[in-house]
Amino acid sequence: MKPAAPQEAGPPPDWLEELARRLPAGRVLTAPEDLEPYAFDGTAALRTRPAAVVMARTRDEVAATVRFAAERKIPLVGRGSGTGLSGGSVPVAGGLVLCLARMKRILEVDAANLTLSCEPGVLTAEVAAAAEQAGLFYPPDPGSMKISTIGGNVAENSGGLRGLKYGVTRDYVLGLEVVLADGSVVWLGNKCVKDVAGLSLKDLFIGSEGCLGIITRLLLKLVPKPPARRTLLALFGSMEAAAETVSGIIAAKIIPCTLEFLDRTTIGAVEAHARIGLPTEVAALVLMETDGHPAVVEEEAEGMATIAKANGALEVRVAADEAEALRLATARRSAFAALARIRPTTILEDVTVPRSELATMVAFIQATAEKHDLRIATFGHLGDGNLHPTILTDETNAAEMERVEAAIGDIVDETLRLGGTITGEHGVGLAKKPYLRSQLGEEGHALLRRVKAALDPDGILNPGKVHD
Amino acid sequence: MPDSATQARDAQASRPGPGVTGGARGFLHDLDYSVVQQCIHCGMCLPTCPTYDETGLERNSPRGRIALMRAVADDRMEVTRAFGEEMYYCLGCLACTTACPAGVNYAELFERARAEVERLGVLDHPRRRWVRRLVLGGVFTRPRLLRLLGRLLWLHQASGGQWLFRKLRLTRLLPAWLRELEPMTPPIRPRFSDRLIRPIEQPAGPPRRRVAVLTGCVQDLIYPEINRDTVDVLLANGCTVVTPPLQPCCGSLHAHNGDLANARGLARAMISLFEEERLDAVITNAAGCGSHLKHYDRLLADDPEWRERAAAWSAKVRDISEFLVETGFRAPRGAAADGPGRVTYHEACHLCHGQGITRQPREILKTVPGLELAELAESTWCCGSAGVYNITQPEQAAKLLRRKLERIAAVGPRVVATANPGCLLQLQNGARAAGAAYAVVHPVSLLAAAYRAEPAD
Ligand SMILES: Cc1cc2nc3c(=O)[nH]c(=O)nc-3n(C[C@H](O)[C@H](O)[C@H](O)COP(=O)(O)OP(=O)(O)OC[C@H]3O[C@@H](n4cnc5c(N)ncnc54)[C@H](O)[C@@H]3O)c2cc1C
Ligand code: SF4
Ligand code: SF4
Repeated sequence: MKPAAPQEAGPPPDWLEELARRLPAGRVLTAPEDLEPYAFDGTAALRTRPAAVVMARTRDEVAATVRFAAERKIPLVGRGSGTGLSGGSVPVAGGLVLCLARMKRILEVDAANLTLSCEPGVLTAEVAAAAEQAGLFYPPDPGSMKISTIGGNVAENSGGLRGLKYGVTRDYVLGLEVVLADGSVVWLGNKCVKDVAGLSLKDLFIGSEGCLGIITRLLLKLVPKPPARRTLLALFGSMEAAAETVSGIIAAKIIPCTLEFLDRTTIGAVEAHARIGLPTEVAALVLMETDGHPAVVEEEAEGMATIAKANGALEVRVAADEAEALRLATARRSAFAALARIRPTTILEDVTVPRSELATMVAFIQATAEKHDLRIATFGHLGDGNLHPTILTDETNAAEMERVEAAIGDIVDETLRLGGTITGEHGVGLAKKPYLRSQLGEEGHALLRRVKAALDPDGILNPGKVHD
Repeated sequence: MPDSATQARDAQASRPGPGVTGGARGFLHDLDYSVVQQCIHCGMCLPTCPTYDETGLERNSPRGRIALMRAVADDRMEVTRAFGEEMYYCLGCLACTTACPAGVNYAELFERARAEVERLGVLDHPRRRWVRRLVLGGVFTRPRLLRLLGRLLWLHQASGGQWLFRKLRLTRLLPAWLRELEPMTPPIRPRFSDRLIRPIEQPAGPPRRRVAVLTGCVQDLIYPEINRDTVDVLLANGCTVVTPPLQPCCGSLHAHNGDLANARGLARAMISLFEEERLDAVITNAAGCGSHLKHYDRLLADDPEWRERAAAWSAKVRDISEFLVETGFRAPRGAAADGPGRVTYHEACHLCHGQGITRQPREILKTVPGLELAELAESTWCCGSAGVYNITQPEQAAKLLRRKLERIAAVGPRVVATANPGCLLQLQNGARAAGAAYAVVHPVSLLAAAYRAEPAD
């Protein structure tokens, strides 16, 4: 037998019974068969089995759990659906996982104020559907939207395929109810379009990765549903031509909602899964979408097609109807997971650079793959300058994993040199923690830790994530 | 994946070898590690899983179950009773496989996991052992015995015995668990496939293809007419149809319930029965059988004597709808007025998820004169039949059935079409209990009826 990790073999902590007593029956999971499936999130090669999982149903249960953890100084990791890609909801040894996935109620859709209020376990796709039912629109659409929770989206400040025109999750948060590290509850925000009463404290918790508080209720902003939409697919013989096209579109002052890019390897993997007839022989494709007033949409679609052709697109296809557009977007959303078809381990990076540097970055990634003799597929939100170079490797091959480490180091250095960021949307968590200091600098990093210390002096909320 | 074999070896090399586990390697340990490793725990399968939808617990999700299997394969966890129960709470509907972008082979993982549960006997219980031996080892490996039982059951039902039995409350004498099953026994047909179909039938014109039809075991007893309809449709499309009167069970019941040894034996018997025939295709009309029959290659991959024969077999198996569309079937002629009207289509899990067949049955339905195809919401969501799931997990099965019936009621069809005997039975029972007026039929029966109604020209 392989020696089991201590938190798996050790006796269950003596506080489990007391915790169970403080919560309604059935909330606390402790059997190994129940805990093992919570040992990881969507990030490769990270796994720690927690001591217990609490499946909270109400804010008061969340508060009781956090208070308990605070009393006993037990590490507590918030969790939505566990689709995070930086290790944010990976448990801490001997600690608790507080799962919000069962707090699933949509509380209100206010068509007069264009807002939606809900609990944190509501899925992103459910928020989008509820908005749509009211003739409204919730734009942020991470690739994982069918299963990611809205609480997880806020905690990661997730982006999506529409970031270019509509921004990211932060741009749609009007208010948050948060359980703080001592178990107390605050409500931050309101339905007003403008609000300058003191610091914008809710913003502190957006993108806080579960380190500052647990979100138990959200007030989201909705926008009117755009009346028209047009989706195009442009095929390219080289990655540079695709990158030039995107720069061209932005320079022409067209702001489409989507400019998504897939390289040849990614196209092949996506097609193997989705089977929707993507051209697997081209070097790159760009999925472009514009929405808004019908006349403007028409004009922008034509403009984008012209620019693509001028930059050497082999072909520009127009989606025939909504159904085809949806198939294309859905296929694109599967890109990361589809790449897992190629090699056993899929390590995804999330670097983002100013858009003028995109072509440089794309070329650098290709060169890095060659230099370290690795296979790297790239896709991403090209319009946002956000690339997902994905290293296709095998975590059980130690020699190759060393080269992976080196390649990631190179990519991070180049990103920072170009004035970019190590993570555009997936967060720091555990995966990006080693690189955060070089991006923020000493002072920036120290400030981050001072904020954490002020809100969570005992360090019980997601300790060891983002920074040590 | 050009270099997958090397990777699999790499992965194997760094894992504890057979010596470490004392040589008693189980079904999950013997599995190529890359199959276990394929899941990157992205969670994209979660929203499609009916059991996760019910409980919201990771362990009841595909990702969670795979994590448990991996923990066993990595020697981090024992195969416990809870593990066994989890594997049997899974429907085996394979919705997760359709959803999974990473191409995880859940069907194989699931069969192996259940086989491991049985090998170690963690769910062992005298009654369970008795039922398994009787059903898996006894009845469903002996086609003659199955038919004999079928005839007895028919007599019992047809003679009013069943009514009397229930009326006299004799059922009270049965153990509680059997009592609950009694009303679920399907109505057995008076004549089985061997009496309805001749061993070889020729089309009216010159034959274009030669195919075999598999009659199935449950299908043969309760829906032999569907087999007749299948043969008729094939004849109408220029096929010579070979239907051996006595056929073995395909073994899917065994494979899905952890009895891989009997499953392999039945697969060999099935291949042998048809090997001598020069066939263009082997046709099945039962989705559950089809998705298993197509994987004989995987089932016998470790058997050097049978590997190639099984691969040749798998390449020939076709679902009836798949075969008809692939070979360009003839659309029936006729007046719309005589058609079935509003029809909705429920997708059997093992057709849409197990075999990826979604378009073909609809294409067939659309050619039937006077048929209006109305789409069913959540058409690919399991109806709860799931092999013997409605017997082993009645509560969860009933919830799924209720959900399905609600979706059907929202469409308000005259007919529900579905291509698997388990689903047909489940929906017919459900519709009857709910007092619904629609019929539940196999799509091929609608096509056969349309051919029969063609005006003579
Ligand atoms: C296939 C795939 C595609 C993806 N595509 C995108 C994409 O396009 N854009 C993008 O930005 N991300 C993407 N992601 C990453 C991921 O889906 C997002 O980060 C998502 O927001 C995580 O949501 P979750 O519910 O799974 O949260 P988890 O993974 O469970 O948690 C994420 C973090 O949030 C914290 N947290 C969760 N809920 C709460 C709460 N209620 N209060 C406080 N903290 C909480 C956790 O502690 C953790 O640190 C993708 C992931 C996958 C697997
Ligand atoms: S089975 Fe597939 S979809 Fe589900 S978590 Fe694993 S890789 Fe993702
Ligand atoms: S087979 Fe069905 S029930 Fe089982 S894990 Fe997959 S989706 Fe869930």
